[in-house]
Amino acid sequence: MYKAFLVKYAEIGLKGKNRYMFENALRDQIKFNLQNLGEFEVSKEQGRIFVEAVSEFDYEETVAALQKVFGIWGICPVVVIDNTEWENIEEAVGDYVDGYYKDKNITFKVDAKRGNKQYPMTSPEICVEMGSYLLKRFPEMKVDVHNPEARITVEVRNKAYVYSHVLKGPGGMPIGTAGKAMLLLSGGIDSPVAGYMIAKRGVTIEATYFHAPPYTSERAKQKVVDLAKIISAYTGPMKLHVVNFTDIQLYIYEKCPHEELTIIMRRYMMKIAEKIAADRNCLGLVTGESIGQVASQTMHSLAATNAVCNMPVYRPLIAFDKQDIIEVSEKIGTYETSIQPYEDCCTIFVAKHPVTRPVLKIIEKNEENLSEQIDELVRTAIATREVISIK
Amino acid sequence: MEAYLDNAATTKVYENVRNLMVEAMDVNFGNPSSMHMKGVDAEKYIKDAREIIASSMKVLPKEIVFTSGGTESNNMALIGTALANIRSGKHIITTKIEHPSVHNPLIALEDYGFRITFVDVDSNGRVKEQELLDAICDDTILVSIMYVNNEIGAKEDIPHLAKIVKEKKPDILFHTDAIQAFGKYKIYPKKENVDLMSVSGHKIHGPKGTGFLFVKDKVKIKSIIYGGGQQKGFRSGTENVPGIAGLGLAVKEFYEGYDEKIAHIYALKKHLIEGLQNMEDVQVNAIFEEKKDELSLEERIHMTAPHVVSASFAGIRAEVLLHALEDKGVYVSSGSACASNHPALSGTLQAIGLDKSLLDSTLRFSFSTHTTMEEVDYALEALRQIVPLLRRYTRK
Repeated sequence: MYKAFLVKYAEIGLKGKNRYMFENALRDQIKFNLQNLGEFEVSKEQGRIFVEAVSEFDYEETVAALQKVFGIWGICPVVVIDNTEWENIEEAVGDYVDGYYKDKNITFKVDAKRGNKQYPMTSPEICVEMGSYLLKRFPEMKVDVHNPEARITVEVRNKAYVYSHVLKGPGGMPIGTAGKAMLLLSGGIDSPVAGYMIAKRGVTIEATYFHAPPYTSERAKQKVVDLAKIISAYTGPMKLHVVNFTDIQLYIYEKCPHEELTIIMRRYMMKIAEKIAADRNCLGLVTGESIGQVASQTMHSLAATNAVCNMPVYRPLIAFDKQDIIEVSEKIGTYETSIQPYEDCCTIFVAKHPVTRPVLKIIEKNEENLSEQIDELVRTAIATREVISIK
Repeated sequence: MEAYLDNAATTKVYENVRNLMVEAMDVNFGNPSSMHMKGVDAEKYIKDAREIIASSMKVLPKEIVFTSGGTESNNMALIGTALANIRSGKHIITTKIEHPSVHNPLIALEDYGFRITFVDVDSNGRVKEQELLDAICDDTILVSIMYVNNEIGAKEDIPHLAKIVKEKKPDILFHTDAIQAFGKYKIYPKKENVDLMSVSGHKIHGPKGTGFLFVKDKVKIKSIIYGGGQQKGFRSGTENVPGIAGLGLAVKEFYEGYDEKIAHIYALKKHLIEGLQNMEDVQVNAIFEEKKDELSLEERIHMTAPHVVSASFAGIRAEVLLHALEDKGVYVSSGSACASNHPALSGTLQAIGLDKSLLDSTLRFSFSTHTTMEEVDYALEALRQIVPLLRRYTRK
């Protein structure tokens, strides 16, 4: 019965002169998310966005797609009434109320908006007439104009529209309104969630993945591509940079103390990601790190890793427990893919007892062992990266 | 250069097989159950295939039931026998090294009150005979033992095992999973006391999604798929005409020049094993090493299937070696391809008592008639380059 959706946004309503930018970005992202689901007219009006289907569409699918658009606070499914003769509107609104509110023992209020000023009834008249019609048709319902359980809105334009209930949207800010960041994406549970969370603030995302063949398999890489694809439903199209890290990793293995392998490796990953990020006009790096989760994520290790970066490093999961991260990953649909059992390059050579309190001076000293070849290896890794367009 | 040494996982379809399949899709695409000419034409492919296969094993055409492949054949044999005998007994005997398509249906039957005994094997993967005989009870209805093991190429002496089982309890049905054996051995199930035998098409250069179950005449098992009553009501569903046609032709082609083909595959096996044994810290599994003073390598490998070599590379993870080989165009499996998506370690390798440290360091090389000596040499050369390199970098 629903033919349209009224999209409400919260935070971007607070913006001043550049508000139109946020609205346009939201409209564009809605169009993008709906592009394969049917034909829709998406229009901005009076602090909201109106989405009306002009072809056949699947209700559940469409709602699910809208619920992935950051910046949407709520989605009202709207019944569209083509024939605007008052008796017809009354009956259609009554049918809608009958269908949606199974239990009629509720309080309600009718709101009216009259876009078509030629319409022979004023807004207050519409409210009164509709209210009395509903009371007559459903004697159990009671009016409460201050705190109603059902707020039934009737809008009369070229057609008439009725809606009352709101489905929750994801919140946040529309993608493309906050600049770009580079996500360090692994095949694990955390980094896709981190990407999702930063994107939720309107940040455009690119991603870097470190591939270490033959130690990590083609399927491990495919898994990362799959993860990028899943989060792109929220973030929009994304570039995935696949960096071959094997030679660097083996070089570190040969030249540095084994307990420091992971931390030094992570420092080089950050360096490489930052270089690609700068090249791609990103304003920061994003990681899925969380304090104390593993040896390389103690405060000491994070400090040692962070020391190589000039760009800000955003760590949206920093104070999350693992279980909380898992809950988000289940909600956004990355969990099932993340737990596929392919080894990623961080775990291949991991020491039995890696350092948990690295001292920056010592790490830097040991990295001097790499001076002969490392710059060249890093340059090659960046230059030979594969760039995959995720859409 | 490429070396495809994963023929126990699947084989390339013969060109003639492909052409015949195209014909059965393009020209004679009818439904074999249709009463008109198109149906009759399609039915002929099935009849021909059935006859080729039956005569290759010296059985009756009506003893062949076409299926969607080895897994369905095994399920049909095991579950079908269990359902048919639910009143006479609830005990089934199998081995510890069966393929998951035998192991898992049996585990599923445990939920319906069946007891399953898993008989042990020796270090060469041979079933322990006395243990098998001791396992037989009054209510044993079925023994299922694979002909050739898919991971290590161990060959069971099925005619002998079937005979001693039936001597002890004549009404036991004997099933063998011959998916890795059919086409590597000339198998005559009726002479070998076998009642049920599973075969898959794509292991012998036929198409995927094809296979059959041999069900000996008068052996009663229950259908597990009901519908329009095709294949005498035993396996409903419109027949996979192109697949069955391809399977029939693959069997026919395979038996042309059969002895030379098998000799060629054994020669490949011997060559690879000799090459592997010259490498440091590489162990070839299940080739009767304990008998090397009495028997030559040639004699010993003839006690195993021609097409499978299992080798363990100490200190290297199988998956890493597999991908390093892949990078050079050499395609092999770690353990068994069918099971290698699961992180669980191979049951077969554990059952033959392979050292724990080698369980995750074992690769399977497998050949077909298409495999050349050059491919084996190429693979050996790749191993000689890669193995020392990978050993430099290990987890500490």
